[in-house]
Amino acid sequence: MKTKLLKPRISSPAPNSSASLRLATSGQAFSLSAPTQPPEYQEEMEPVGYDFGLKRRSFVQLLGAGLLLAVSAAPALAQRRGGRGGGGGARNIAARVHVGKDGTITVMVGKVEAGQGARAELSEAAAEELRVPASRVQLVMADTSLVPDDGFTAGSGSTPRTVPAVRHGAAAAREALITFAAQRLSVDRRLIQVEDGKAGSAGSQAKVSYADLAADADAAKALDQAIPSDIALTSVAQWKVLGKPTQRPNARDIVTGAHQYPSDISRPGMLYGKVLRPPSYGAKLATVDLAPAQAMKNVVAVRDDEFVGVVAPTAFLAEKALDAITPTARWDFTPQPSSKDLFDSLRRHAQGGVPANPFVDVLAQAKQALRQIYQIAYAQHAPLEPRAAVAEWAEGKLTVWIGSQNPFGCRSELARAFHLGEAQVRVVVPDFGAGFGGKHTGEAGVEAARLAKAAGRPVSLRWTRKEEFTWAYFRPAAVIQIEAGLDDKGSLTCWHFVNVNAGGAGIETPYRIAKHRSESVRSEAPLRQGSYRCLAATGNNFARESFMDELAVAAGADPLAFRLAHLDNTRLRPVLETAAQRFGWQESIKKKKPNVGVGLACGTEKGSYVAACAEVEVDLTSKRIAVRRVCQVFDCGTILNRSNLLSQVQGAIIMGLGPALREEISFENGEILNASFRRYQVPRFADVPELDIHLLDSPDHASAGAGETPIIAIAPAIGNAVFQATGQRLRWMPMRVG
Amino acid sequence: MDSTITFTVNGKSRTVTTDPQRPLLDVLREELKLTGAKYGCGEGQCRACTVLVNGKSVAACITPVADADKQEVLTIEGLAKGDRLHPVQEAFLVEGAFQCGYCTSGMIMGAVALLRENPSPSEDDIKTTMQRHLCRCCEYPTLVKAIRRATAATPTR
Repeated sequence: MKTKLLKPRISSPAPNSSASLRLATSGQAFSLSAPTQPPEYQEEMEPVGYDFGLKRRSFVQLLGAGLLLAVSAAPALAQRRGGRGGGGGARNIAARVHVGKDGTITVMVGKVEAGQGARAELSEAAAEELRVPASRVQLVMADTSLVPDDGFTAGSGSTPRTVPAVRHGAAAAREALITFAAQRLSVDRRLIQVEDGKAGSAGSQAKVSYADLAADADAAKALDQAIPSDIALTSVAQWKVLGKPTQRPNARDIVTGAHQYPSDISRPGMLYGKVLRPPSYGAKLATVDLAPAQAMKNVVAVRDDEFVGVVAPTAFLAEKALDAITPTARWDFTPQPSSKDLFDSLRRHAQGGVPANPFVDVLAQAKQALRQIYQIAYAQHAPLEPRAAVAEWAEGKLTVWIGSQNPFGCRSELARAFHLGEAQVRVVVPDFGAGFGGKHTGEAGVEAARLAKAAGRPVSLRWTRKEEFTWAYFRPAAVIQIEAGLDDKGSLTCWHFVNVNAGGAGIETPYRIAKHRSESVRSEAPLRQGSYRCLAATGNNFARESFMDELAVAAGADPLAFRLAHLDNTRLRPVLETAAQRFGWQESIKKKKPNVGVGLACGTEKGSYVAACAEVEVDLTSKRIAVRRVCQVFDCGTILNRSNLLSQVQGAIIMGLGPALREEISFENGEILNASFRRYQVPRFADVPELDIHLLDSPDHASAGAGETPIIAIAPAIGNAVFQATGQRLRWMPMRVG
Repeated sequence: MDSTITFTVNGKSRTVTTDPQRPLLDVLREELKLTGAKYGCGEGQCRACTVLVNGKSVAACITPVADADKQEVLTIEGLAKGDRLHPVQEAFLVEGAFQCGYCTSGMIMGAVALLRENPSPSEDDIKTTMQRHLCRCCEYPTLVKAIRRATAATPTR
């Protein structure tokens, strides 16, 4: 076996480049271009390149030293490249909707539920088109042996892409029912209506149900047909199920403790595993003595090149076995970076250098030219359920239950690691304990499967919190440099924005500026990194909105007025104006209390729009920034499920307080120094400010996803408020006052 | 060296022979198949593992099973009376006070313990006591609402 934590070594595609799926290895880049529309975003991840069964050399030849998967989620690409991230979806009605002869309706989707509300939303979407109550829909999610590949659950994609796909499939099933009813009842098809799952003409008692359709062998063949692409969906005005606040279908199982998360899955004869981890990044295993573990009763220890693990009947014994061999391991170390050198190092290693400002001439003519640098620390998603998987081998086939946002990607990862055909691997993703973009990979499943193979029994592997903090991938750190010019009227003349290392999400300025360029470049990342809630948009919006405040000060303008003077976007503008009005911006900015200040910020990403106003109080003695009041307005188009949307927006604001004020991965010579909730402090009850959240319903606009964008405005709003309170401009996340 | 631990779990007497230092959480989950209490951090910092021992909230991940010997343990699975949910469970359900739900068992057990000690807590009391519980989805405002709702529904004793 060969394992390697693979680091990206290639330039990332420029933001807003043509739609492409890149599978790149060191020195070679495979780029599958789809020349249609630009991607809305790119998900990123660094899979662990496990390979069990090949010789070391073949492994290196196959995968090289670095692997970066950047997956575009453009729908056209998704259709074309089914299975590789975008997902191909369902071709036939039967692949999406199964109608049982007893009338049971099962809808199949490749998406996962990790708390973001997809289960409720997709159940509603199917029910709406099938014309049945949501409770009649049984939704099967993310079992690769049963469901179509709908791609990652990421990038706020379930709402804009999977909801319509499910609605199309369900509408096609409904149309099949109508056709069948017209024939059986000898009624003109156009007179048939479907209500509560029964089709018939209005006023007539004669009805035909989905069960009748399924029971008629000839008629049921209609469900094997392809889903027509031109099928009409129910208009928003006629919605009976969608658009209503709905609870998660398995909510009762959550409050009774009955729901089985990946870490709760139990199989007959199952054992518990532990994996030996290096003490730091870059450490390579030289030798290890498995004998102390093997001497323990009922313990299996396995070494496969650099992979070392133990299996025991209890997790406690597995940990003791691991403790017994850990002191025997000898590691080869190479010097690794430390967080104190992080930002210098990222700048120094920017690929191709930090791009030069293409508007130096414009800048030279500006009345004022401003330039600033912002720094964004590494952060960890820290979902409350650490990575967990159960693996079971039977007759050469492998089944893995795992908490991952990427079920079909996990299947590929497992197939590759064990040299199996994808048909021999089944991945099941039970509703799991959160991801926030941090669970795109399947390493825990691969590890569990390797241990299960060694033990000849099913194995449950649950990462510890320390493992999750250390070896799960991080939200990328960034150095962001912005330069802009102001003319004598205080208007922006040019804008140059560069993100080093974190990527291009939310990088484009929404403001009207004659000359502007925003770009991102890769660097040499010292830690494993990948997607995070809204990817780089948190850092990019923090930098842009902080800098806009600095420019407003330079122009002698009010921060709100300065933004509005440059803002034409017809959806972002009302969002910002509404937030300012609800917050009482005009009055608040005039009030001068010592060490109390207000700030605002706005932004758009993935088709939704957000603005936040915040009031902070700064204690200059304890250096504490207390966020006292936040007003946030959010517009994501047509609202599908208001209660869930409110949860997402509220949760994103509060989660965003963490990286804004405290969360920062600290590391030294490759060792993570704060890999615990004690030392890496995420938001708790006491951090919650007074919240006024306003959801703008825009029924004329299609629904955009909402799990991410609401996180991007809070940090800059706080930073700008701290400036107003203290005169200190904080150009780093997490923010600390001096 | 294994010991025999006899304790009451959700009203039933249970006997387990195991290492006395093994965490109560592991014994509940692996031996008794009560998986409602969750592992979140292994150091009592997130409280996803909260169960009640003699009515008091404890972090089962850092409680050796020996400490539960001859004691009464209540887990989320023992809270409802048949189909009738406990008022705290009911309040969490009505308010939808969870996203992923991984913290929910611990939150509910923490709230049950709080209401046993203080049947009419103020909002500040709730936040102070629940401060040790983590919800990474940050559903905190709804959690406070749910506990307040449960407070109103729980008869004072």
